[in-house]
Amino acid sequence: MSVLVLVEHDGGQIKDATLATVTAASKLGEVHVLVAGGNEAVTQAASNIAGVARVYAASGPPLDHQLAEAVAPVVAKLMEGRDAFLAPATTTGKNIAPRVAALLDVMQVSDILSVEGPDTFTRPIYAGNAIATVKSNDPKKVITVRTTAFEKASAEGGSASVEQVDAGSDSGGSSFVSLEASESERPELTSAKVIVSGGRAFGSSEQFHSLLDPLADKLGAAVGASRAAVDAGYAPNDYQVGQTGKIVAPQVYIAIGISGAIQHLAGMKDSKTIVAINKDEEAPIFQVADIGLVGDLFKIVPELTEKL
Amino acid sequence: MKLLVAVKRVIDFNVKPRVKMDGSGVDLANVKMSMNPFDEIAVEEAIRLKEKGVATEIVAVSIGPAKAQETLRTALAMGADRAILVQTDEEVEPLAVAKVLAKIAEEEQPGMIILGKQAIDDDNNATGQMLAALLGWPQGTFASKIEVSDTATVTREVDGGLETVKLNLPAVVTTDLRLNEPRYASLPNIMKAKSKPLATKSPGDYGVDVARRLETIKVTEPAKRQAGIKVGSVDELVERLHGLGIAK
Repeated sequence: MSVLVLVEHDGGQIKDATLATVTAASKLGEVHVLVAGGNEAVTQAASNIAGVARVYAASGPPLDHQLAEAVAPVVAKLMEGRDAFLAPATTTGKNIAPRVAALLDVMQVSDILSVEGPDTFTRPIYAGNAIATVKSNDPKKVITVRTTAFEKASAEGGSASVEQVDAGSDSGGSSFVSLEASESERPELTSAKVIVSGGRAFGSSEQFHSLLDPLADKLGAAVGASRAAVDAGYAPNDYQVGQTGKIVAPQVYIAIGISGAIQHLAGMKDSKTIVAINKDEEAPIFQVADIGLVGDLFKIVPELTEKL
Repeated sequence: MKLLVAVKRVIDFNVKPRVKMDGSGVDLANVKMSMNPFDEIAVEEAIRLKEKGVATEIVAVSIGPAKAQETLRTALAMGADRAILVQTDEEVEPLAVAKVLAKIAEEEQPGMIILGKQAIDDDNNATGQMLAALLGWPQGTFASKIEVSDTATVTREVDGGLETVKLNLPAVVTTDLRLNEPRYASLPNIMKAKSKPLATKSPGDYGVDVARRLETIKVTEPAKRQAGIKVGSVDELVERLHGLGIAK
């Protein structure tokens, strides 16, 4: 059985999400990967991933920005004679995989947490309030992978052969205009080892940043926010951790002034250690926190920043 | 230009879902149901496009049980012009929903189809992309801004920031939270919605087989985290954090 994994990259580097997806795929069969729209460096990095047996590289103008309309037909073609396609459940993967699934007439298994058998998987439903075990009756599987649920494959140790494949010439009626990248010196939320995250209790955008940014800098941490804080305008949307934002699982997650709504917990409850700081000792966040401190964040955060 | 919007009847987002004791699913008996929040945003966006004079007619579609009529009436009360209910008691997967919507699109010839990016019950995030693939149309997923002229310029919320794409029309767009804040239907509009046309069809009318491809073996509650300890001071917290190997 051979399976195809979509390599997530930014044109120069492979994203960690790819490595976790390779781990999930290796439970199903021999892992082949597709680099769509990458350069030499990305292709080389893909062939170095431990456990990858073959790399397919497709490049050409329609694939330059990895738009779903152009990538999906390339994947669908490679799926002839293969049993499963896996993509990370990132915005790129979620954009492309269902399009592939429809081209293959397959119902996608979304956001899997585990591989229970060749056709059986677990996945979160209802914002992570329930876990479904599902069996796919389709002859081919199309799967997106919750990358925090799988260990990352080693980025080194592989020496897969590389084969160029046709990139096609049709952009499918879609064209890239621009990417406004979030600029930050800090690590990305989804790959950070430590995250400090703020809620509505900060009261304003100024206080959110003036208190959290120095703490994050001290810890080398990424900054996240609850949906309530984002909706209140204290932080931009790409800070949002939760079911409708980013799913994270750092070594340490420090939730400050976050009550712990279900929708937020769904995005961070797989963190290794959860620290909660909240003035309400009844806040639901304390039910999932490993370490809790009850008190006023406006006093605690500056003191913590100073003492660390 | 005509717009098609797809809406799903789901558990209200304020209700905490409970897993059934027998592990067969989530208990929906006597639970408040509402329009999927992302679909509400889709309806709102369609109405705004009509208010701007870009769209001329809004057709709301739902695939689901007889009670999904209520969801369609909500869409009509918000400002959709007419509705189509494709009635079935089966739990219909995104692939089958996309197939039904594709058939409706062939009949209705909309310039754009707007859907929520995902439903808050099965959390698949797949229907819009599948629909676009079946129709061979371009897609603008996770939209936080839509501008329509003879093409659609869609700003998408992606992991690294905001990506803007230009789509030839017709196209499929799926909505993210930032796109707009849906209006509440006024009482007069709720009354008016009762007399707007609502056609009832079946998946068979469109020749679509809605049999499930995924079999649910069981549904369980997620593993619970144990509450840990509470510390009494910042000093103690600092000590614990150092113990975890951070900020040493």
